Amino acid sequence: MFSIQTFLDAFGPLAMAARYTLLVSGLGIALGLVIGALICAAALSKSRALRRFAAIWVSFLRGVPLLVQLLLMFYLLPVVGINVPALAAAVITVGICASAYIAEIWRGAIGALPPGQTEAAAAIGIAPTTIWTRIVLPQAVVMSLPALVNELILLVKASSLVSVVGIMEVTRASQAQAATTFRPLEVYLAAACIYLAINLCLAGIGRWLEHRAAV
Amino acid sequence: MEWSVFQQYGPMLLRGFGVTIFCWLMGTVLAMGLGLIIALMQRYGPRPLRWLLQVYIEVIRGTPFLVQLFVLYYGGPLVGLRLDALPAGLLGLTIYGSPYFAEIFRSGFNAVPVGQLEAARAIGMSETNIIRRILLPLGLVSALPALVNFSIILTKETVILSIITVPELMYQVSRMSTETFRYLEANLVLALFFWGLVETISRVGRRLEARITRHLIERV
Repeated sequence: MFSIQTFLDAFGPLAMAARYTLLVSGLGIALGLVIGALICAAALSKSRALRRFAAIWVSFLRGVPLLVQLLLMFYLLPVVGINVPALAAAVITVGICASAYIAEIWRGAIGALPPGQTEAAAAIGIAPTTIWTRIVLPQAVVMSLPALVNELILLVKASSLVSVVGIMEVTRASQAQAATTFRPLEVYLAAACIYLAINLCLAGIGRWLEHRAAV
Repeated sequence: MEWSVFQQYGPMLLRGFGVTIFCWLMGTVLAMGLGLIIALMQRYGPRPLRWLLQVYIEVIRGTPFLVQLFVLYYGGPLVGLRLDALPAGLLGLTIYGSPYFAEIFRSGFNAVPVGQLEAARAIGMSETNIIRRILLPLGLVSALPALVNFSIILTKETVILSIITVPELMYQVSRMSTETFRYLEANLVLALFFWGLVETISRVGRRLEARITRHLIERV
């Protein structure tokens, strides 16, 4: 029935493929942080057009399944004349999708700051830019860290979808492995173990950050 | 861009849409039911059972839905679990959603003031009556926003079922695009369609939520 040997053997190739899972989710969150900051700034700006744009951006990316976004990006890029490798297209899509969630996380963190702090800072004559760089942003970033780790965990899981466009990450590698060994149960369970291990580590980091932020 | 294919493939897409909605509703109801059972067992069950359920929650929440589907659909037959794509997809959705719902129910139950439960016990209500008359009604109302929210998230997860060949909307759209080579149009329309669907469902959900929790808002 269950072959322990196949199960254990699957870990080698899948662990190699985990590099791509980490690469896609890691670069995805890095890109998401940058775009998310811009979208968050747009959402909080005084310009109505920018706020509208940010609202549409967030609503579209949160309303459309990532799998559809991936395929859309895949077929859209060549049509508009951008030819990038599949891996880059996958990272861009994951990053753009994450930006919508990250923008909301940051907006929430900034909104959670007591307004008395910025009012007090303004009252004693601190310049608006200094208020942002010295008072609002440092606190908001620290407060948002646990939520960002959570987002990274979601991205590690979401990165399994990029297997559909041919990236050799854990899921795709396990499909190949299952096809050659004819033992899908053992191989997919091994893949599940790898995801679980990555996410338990990340969850541990998240709890540690939460603990530190609470102190 | 060529749009006439949508007319030609209309009936097929409509069927796919039906399967998507069916999977979403059934999956949500079943996952919610299983989640509620898990949450209650975690509250009242013996310690080993609680511990086991916690492991279940961690494992399911720590692994991607797609991998869970692969284990179930391709790995299942090895241990005698032979399911067609659609039942496998529904079972997958149920398993995938249940820990999230269980956690939502748990925090809903925790939001019930302890004093209410103690008062019920003090006047001699039986434990089942306390669950039925106090814990569930109060807990469910405070869990409602999160329940609506996660049900909306599950709409989007249904497209992943297309990968194990459940004939839902995404599956039909991919079939259409490989037959007609209209990949971009097909996926663009699918994206816009899901955007509209999710926006509509969230609006209806928010209204429903406001209606059910109306009695909690103080009238001025």
